[in-house]
Amino acid sequence: MPGKLKVKIVAGRHLPVMDRASDLTDAFVEVKFGNTTFKTDVYPKSLNPQWNSEWFKFEVDDEELQDEPLQITVLDHDTYSANDAIGKVYIDIDPLLYSEAATVISGWFPIYDTIHGIRGEINVVVKVDLFNDLNRFRQSSCGVKFFCTTSIPKCYRAVVIHGFVEELVVNEDPEYQWIDRIRTPRASNEARQRLISLMSGELQRKIGLKVLEMRGNAVVGYLQCFDLEGESGLVVRAIGTACTLDKLSNTSAFLPACNSPSKEMKESPLVHAPSHGCRSTHNSPIHTATGSRLTQNFSVSVPTLIYTGMGSGSAGKEGGPFKTLLRQQTQSALEQRGGSPRRFCARREFPFFTLTTFPPGFLLHVGGVVSARSVKLLDRIHNPDEPETRDAWWAEIRQEIKSHAKALGCHAVVGYSESTSICEEVCILSASGTAAVLNPRFLQDGTMEGCLEQRIEEASPPGCGFCHIPYDELNMPFPAHLTYCYNCRKQKVPDVLFTTIDLPVEAIVVGKGCLIQARLCRLKKKAQAEANATSISNLLPFMEYEVHTQLMNKLKLRGMNALFGLRIQITVGENMLMGLASATGVYLAALPTPGGIQIAGKTPNDGTYEQHISHMQKKINDTIAKNKELYEINPPELPEEIIGSPIPEPRQRSRLLRSQSESSDEVTELDLSHGKKDAFVLEIDDTDAMEDVHSLLTDVPPPSGFYSCNTEIMPGINNWTPEIQMFTAVRVSRLSNINPTNQTLNKNFNDLCENLLKSLYFKLRSMVPCCLCHVNFTVALPEDELVQIAVTAVAITYDKNQALQANKAPTEKSQQRASTDNEEQLQFPLELSSDPLSSQPFSPAKEALEGASSHTGIPAAQRATSVDYSSFADRCNSWIELIKLKAQTIRRGSIKTTTSLEKASPLAEGYLRHRSVPSGTNSTVSVVKMTPLSFLPGAKITKYLGIINMFFIRETTSLREEGGVSGFLHAFIAEVFAMVRAHVAALGGNAVVSYIMKQCVFMENPNKNQAQCLINVSGDAVIFVRESELEVLPAPPPAAAAQPAGSAGDVTT
Amino acid sequence: MSSDLDVFVGNTTLIDEEVYRLWLDGHSVAEAVARRLRGGVLEREGTSVAVLQSDTRDHYRTFQMLERLLHAPPRLLQQLLFQIPPERQALLVQRYYAFDEALARELLGKKLSKGTKKELDEVSARTGVGIRSCRRQFDNFKRVFKAVEELRGPLAENIQQLFLLPPALARDYAAIVFFANSRFETGKRRLQFLSFGDFAACAQSMMAHWSQGALAPEAAEPDGDLPKSFLQDLKELKVLVSDKDLLDQHKRDTSGMGVPVLGGPGFGGSLGGGVPALSRALVNVGGKLTHARDVRDFFVDLVEKVIEPCRSDKWSPGDLRLFLTHYTAAPRNLPGFRHQALWERYMAAISACLLRMYHD
Repeated sequence: MPGKLKVKIVAGRHLPVMDRASDLTDAFVEVKFGNTTFKTDVYPKSLNPQWNSEWFKFEVDDEELQDEPLQITVLDHDTYSANDAIGKVYIDIDPLLYSEAATVISGWFPIYDTIHGIRGEINVVVKVDLFNDLNRFRQSSCGVKFFCTTSIPKCYRAVVIHGFVEELVVNEDPEYQWIDRIRTPRASNEARQRLISLMSGELQRKIGLKVLEMRGNAVVGYLQCFDLEGESGLVVRAIGTACTLDKLSNTSAFLPACNSPSKEMKESPLVHAPSHGCRSTHNSPIHTATGSRLTQNFSVSVPTLIYTGMGSGSAGKEGGPFKTLLRQQTQSALEQRGGSPRRFCARREFPFFTLTTFPPGFLLHVGGVVSARSVKLLDRIHNPDEPETRDAWWAEIRQEIKSHAKALGCHAVVGYSESTSICEEVCILSASGTAAVLNPRFLQDGTMEGCLEQRIEEASPPGCGFCHIPYDELNMPFPAHLTYCYNCRKQKVPDVLFTTIDLPVEAIVVGKGCLIQARLCRLKKKAQAEANATSISNLLPFMEYEVHTQLMNKLKLRGMNALFGLRIQITVGENMLMGLASATGVYLAALPTPGGIQIAGKTPNDGTYEQHISHMQKKINDTIAKNKELYEINPPELPEEIIGSPIPEPRQRSRLLRSQSESSDEVTELDLSHGKKDAFVLEIDDTDAMEDVHSLLTDVPPPSGFYSCNTEIMPGINNWTPEIQMFTAVRVSRLSNINPTNQTLNKNFNDLCENLLKSLYFKLRSMVPCCLCHVNFTVALPEDELVQIAVTAVAITYDKNQALQANKAPTEKSQQRASTDNEEQLQFPLELSSDPLSSQPFSPAKEALEGASSHTGIPAAQRATSVDYSSFADRCNSWIELIKLKAQTIRRGSIKTTTSLEKASPLAEGYLRHRSVPSGTNSTVSVVKMTPLSFLPGAKITKYLGIINMFFIRETTSLREEGGVSGFLHAFIAEVFAMVRAHVAALGGNAVVSYIMKQCVFMENPNKNQAQCLINVSGDAVIFVRESELEVLPAPPPAAAAQPAGSAGDVTT
Repeated sequence: MSSDLDVFVGNTTLIDEEVYRLWLDGHSVAEAVARRLRGGVLEREGTSVAVLQSDTRDHYRTFQMLERLLHAPPRLLQQLLFQIPPERQALLVQRYYAFDEALARELLGKKLSKGTKKELDEVSARTGVGIRSCRRQFDNFKRVFKAVEELRGPLAENIQQLFLLPPALARDYAAIVFFANSRFETGKRRLQFLSFGDFAACAQSMMAHWSQGALAPEAAEPDGDLPKSFLQDLKELKVLVSDKDLLDQHKRDTSGMGVPVLGGPGFGGSLGGGVPALSRALVNVGGKLTHARDVRDFFVDLVEKVIEPCRSDKWSPGDLRLFLTHYTAAPRNLPGFRHQALWERYMAAISACLLRMYHD
């Protein structure tokens, strides 16, 4: 009986009017967890009920705690008929199950209804008391931390990276159950929301168990997806990378993911809120001080704990078969016992890593992108408890990926991800990643495949090592042209490199990067079942080939030689397939300069034709030159003799290995090199080819002041300023051709994407200079002729002057100096002052407000009439003051609520004065930042509060009244953002990082005036502190004292 | 290829001030796009009309969703749906409640009823304010009126609290509510020379000096209504004109004190027995205020009985000020006049109004 969940319902506000007669509502709340339900009293006749309930206590297994969401339903009491539901709140209590995350969930949650959207808010407080469980055979995995972030989270250190974990659970989709014929769509959608919430919890718990088996304590790069298979069911699957993470103690100045010691965690003791309940009794002061221990409830069943024990003398508890891996040298001196080498535990079946960013030195070589796809026919899942078929499908694909990686001489796959595309009963399963060789020093027992041995070599230079080929030069897996590395001249490198990972921090890059997309449509005949699957799998190789060609050509056109963050999405529809590949192109200094593109005509004797060709050639050359200027690609000229071999004639070759298989499991390998042809010669032998060349030239570069990329950070820009704007844009377009051809479809699709990008640039023009980072396109084909594109990205401003490294204004210089000064100051003990968080949430806004007061206030004052207002002056608080005050009275989870400002009974409230307004009445909503990136520019993440994983369905039967499809979806997306923000704020956080919208399924039926949409989002809730504030705020004395040691350690490395 | 669905949602809600302006002015999306095109945004940003249309539609949708919240600005601060920085929220509210003075001038003193709303077409034609904008502004007036009509305490402050308006704007709204409440006649031709600002200033003075809140901040009556007891008391002032002795004495004191100026041509001349006439007018205006119907004529009376005679006598504003100062102060010396405090409270507002109104 390991846990007690406590819930208190405090109040509601802005409830909808449920009783037309009185214009009021008699609201009460049902709190449900598992099979237990509690109810509050009815609070009669109010839109702002004050329940102030007792603590509802649920005594439950931790297994249940992990699986079940807390369900809060707000209802309107009706004496004569059934009570009407106002709406619901689902709260995932997982963040309360490990001590380093949140300790309490408390705040205003939007009350959500699938038909009406957000209907008022409810204030809830949730706590969990966990008891220790000594049972080794338990089914729960409380204490395992989950992160969406695909790098080692800041403020943690990876002790061991264990490897790949995956799991899937299946169930019947409530929408397709027999009962759905008799119940309302609303009931069915609510059942779906509940079920998916439950399944996510279960999945997470199961993954957690696997992590515990591997002796890890966290999952990084956790990616959970839903497959709405329709009739055949609902699959929830997840992949991630199991790790043993160590919370950074204050002394740790050497976290790989963070760059400078002064920017390192200065975690104030206040952030280390003592764990509550029974857990705290087990906390030894030493552990809290070092902040490097695991949760207590977890530690009991897994005795092999890792801890740094830095200066705390607690080394006696050490032991266990594995430890302290992936650690910087500075630390080994301090702690490693027995001199055991850093090892890396990757004996798992699949040496896959969902991470995209790695600590320096982890990644030795990158082979190239490996991908596998398979077309499957869905059938009903007969036994949901044994989802063998789905498991087998994925196992098969993973096996394939693994063998591809091996063929590239690599033992591991990094930046690994999986996806599906479903249309009716056909499903395309895709997996892709980057074949890589990881540092054997990081590996455990050398259990990896034999190919490793050859690669154990002297340390490669960090800036180019990962580019060096991992495979045997004499026995290449595919035709490739190799040269000596342009950086170190010792090892061979390929002429182009495609990867799915982020650009390694240490990579030497010339100029800036840019977003490169390949877009493609292919018509397909409508067919049923196997015929359909066959025709799809026949088309796939051609699509892959073309996508690859397009990427290659566009890369050349920009004068670049490598792609990072490559993501190829193939979407299947009724009568077509669409391919969209996005990546960030860069010029790696280690790789050879790409050659140009040459076009050749097939009928060389035709004069006008030749003229046309040469005209095109000129245009292409101009574009390349222009792009080189735009992206500042000026590689240093290298005298050829030094290299020892002539700069080779560039030839195209593929670094993509992939295969397709039908259900019949037949595997076809595809050689993507263009046979014997010189690939950079584009032969124009028919109109198709002409179109291709034209389409090459239609990509418009972003307007000046804008850059874009789909990776975490823009290569070549590093001076971010703190302003960020995360957004989601969705477009659905009708491809209204009567007789569509591949060409017209391609053009339409291309225009759609280009226009969408253009529109984004226009929207965000006020942020210039800025960069769109992590631009993530998802394509869906909801119906015949309908294409849906959803984009989520973040715009980040940067300092242009610093970026250009030229003509720096003197003020900026001084600013820079000031900031470095401040950083230096942090090396010395500073005085401890108040809680850094209390002053944090709104201060930038306040400053801005002061700015605004001079803007908005003054003209109004001037407009005022000339009457002497002096009699008012002392009574009237200035308007700006008022708003400021309101901004300052933010109290998250404040239980005081409004009494005076409600219109419901103005007479009773009477005289309105400042002092009569109770604090909390006007509590402004605290700002929550959202970003798809793993960091916030200019800020330091001080705490991870837990994973946010939310699934919503919204439906309407009055589409026109809600502003049509756009109005409907606009409101829904805004609601989803609001609910994410509210949950983060309730956890005590002020930002979501690694935010991703994994699914946005929109369906409409305009004739019936109906629409429905499903959205699934996830991310990591965090607390961040602005670096500027951090400089002012104190570092706790122990941290400051230990700082010199840390920086000294840095010098030695 | 047509875009059926096209939305952009930012975590921080984007507010384009130009588009907000166009929306507030009641332009349709098409009109707004046309105006933005004329503004040259296309050339500046090098974008396309389609992009501009999509952008405008996005903003309009946002504003439509925000409008519900703008009707109760404190909710805008509390709501969770749109993340808007406080200074932007303030801007949204301020712009939403800002009004055209020409329109407000037309509506001053009118009942804020459905009937009046129906007449907005004409008002729109007269003032050149778009009809949609007229309706929105009218609804704002009405909403503010409804929200504060029953509330006690200083009107402007209540409005500021409930609608989070800047002080000056709140005071203007207070004036509108005050006029709508007392239904002062402002539409007569002889009042046409008075601007909204003039009336608003008069309303401020009247509320400042006459209302309950002016004397006792915790008073029980709303500021929008003039306190009945005060109006009743004003009748007592009639003694100043009904009692012949007092009238003479008052006149003498007034002229006596102001010999240098008031002895000038203006005073002795055409006005002749002007001081008694003015005096009678000033006192009678106050005496009539107990009857709702007479209240309406307050400004008409002031113009007809005071301002116009003074103007025809070519008094300068300085003359009027001097006269009013002395006239107010004079009864202090009157034997047997017991209402000095009341008189000065009454005259403070009357003087302020007259001085404000005394222009061409």
